[in-house]
Amino acid sequence: MSYYLDLLSFGPDGWGDELAQGALVTIALAVLTLPFGLMLGLLVALGQRSANRLARNAAIAFTTVFRGLPELLTLFIVYYGGQLLLQKLASVVGYGAQVQVNSFLAGFVALGLVLAAFSSEVWVGALNAIPNGQREAARALGLSARLSFRLVVLPQLVRVALPGLGNNWLVLLKDTSLVSTIALADLMRQTNIAVGSTKEPLFFYLVACLVYLFFSMLSGGALGWLEARTSRGQARRPA
Amino acid sequence: MSDILGSLINLDLMARYGPRFLDGVLVTLQLVGISFILGGLLAVPVALARLSKNSVPRALAYSYVYFFRGTPLLAQVFLVYYGAGQLRDAFEAVGLWTLFRDAWFCALLTFTLNTAAYQAEILRGGIRAVPGGQREAAFALGLPRWLTFGKVVLPQALVTALRPLGNELILMIKASAIVSLITIYDVMGVTRLAFSRSFDFQVYLWAAALYLILVEGVRRLWAVAERRLTRHLKPA
Repeated sequence: MSYYLDLLSFGPDGWGDELAQGALVTIALAVLTLPFGLMLGLLVALGQRSANRLARNAAIAFTTVFRGLPELLTLFIVYYGGQLLLQKLASVVGYGAQVQVNSFLAGFVALGLVLAAFSSEVWVGALNAIPNGQREAARALGLSARLSFRLVVLPQLVRVALPGLGNNWLVLLKDTSLVSTIALADLMRQTNIAVGSTKEPLFFYLVACLVYLFFSMLSGGALGWLEARTSRGQARRPA
Repeated sequence: MSDILGSLINLDLMARYGPRFLDGVLVTLQLVGISFILGGLLAVPVALARLSKNSVPRALAYSYVYFFRGTPLLAQVFLVYYGAGQLRDAFEAVGLWTLFRDAWFCALLTFTLNTAAYQAEILRGGIRAVPGGQREAAFALGLPRWLTFGKVVLPQALVTALRPLGNELILMIKASAIVSLITIYDVMGVTRLAFSRSFDFQVYLWAAALYLILVEGVRRLWAVAERRLTRHLKPA
């Protein structure tokens, strides 16, 4: 038992500090990707409902591709494709050296695109759930299109979309484990390294699973609180 | 014409790796198909345990579902595949080592357990959506409990579950790409092999096209099946 506790200790002999650093990278990646993916998703959703055919088709193509591709493949395409693209650009401006794409950035972009594609479906559903009368009333009061979106539609949108977006967040959290394959030192990669060095796969993968589980639980609690908070203006239905 | 094609697609590369890609498609479809069906069978008792009045099976089923839905599939695959190696002596003692040393078996096992957890939740929702009157009517007709479940409740629950089950199948196809990380040559595995030998980026784009075709094909097939299975519910 103390053997396993030693394995998890902080310091040169244990893996506790390495795993904790990895967990921080995982959280940082997920937290930074979230606003990017959600905003892009909202834009795509507005594009899907746009009167402009071009915008509509582009939005549909975007969601079809990024919902259909395996997340791992999207990540590799962004990582290796980005490298290739930068290399070409660099040689055009006469910079001959090897260009390396930052794996955190590649993970951020790839996971953000996937999150945008999935969250756009949630946003579209929520946009449809808001009665048109709300928009018309806002316009009748003299609010500009932009103001009526920001002051009238958006606050209601967040409440309706929250459960769906919460699911998107939980999926994103788990998908961050894929960046371990492009050498980003997240929780999964640090676990792989610990396993390689100690030959204790059962123990360390179980620990990693428990850490992810803990993050999921925390998120579940936070989402429950957020949902209660965003709907506090709603009259409770009589039971 | 072939010049234009040749400038877009590396035909030599296609000739060399094309057949392998087709094998990869078969591996992906087999892995997903078998684990989806086995997972579906396992999902029924798990869903029933989740709905049980007895708190012991309910808690067990809840923990099972929570673990498999709350952790990354990648971690689960590594846990089973590399963890099995650590338990080699135990598996050899019971004669299961030939199974667990095989990456394919480990992937199949993990995927089955994983999708069973998701499918159990879908099924649970479907079962709860069947009105209680259906059960009472079956009881009034003198049907035993297991027959009521098999002939009255489950078929109606499956109709509700059909659409989310289709989504789960598609998610499985996409998630299956990670088995390439434990030496299995599915579509993604073949792609990684071809890229590591040729360093030609376009193999990743071929893989993208293949996955999009797979996912879209399955989505359409599922939609046809769904229309056919629910045709008695449509107004004439």
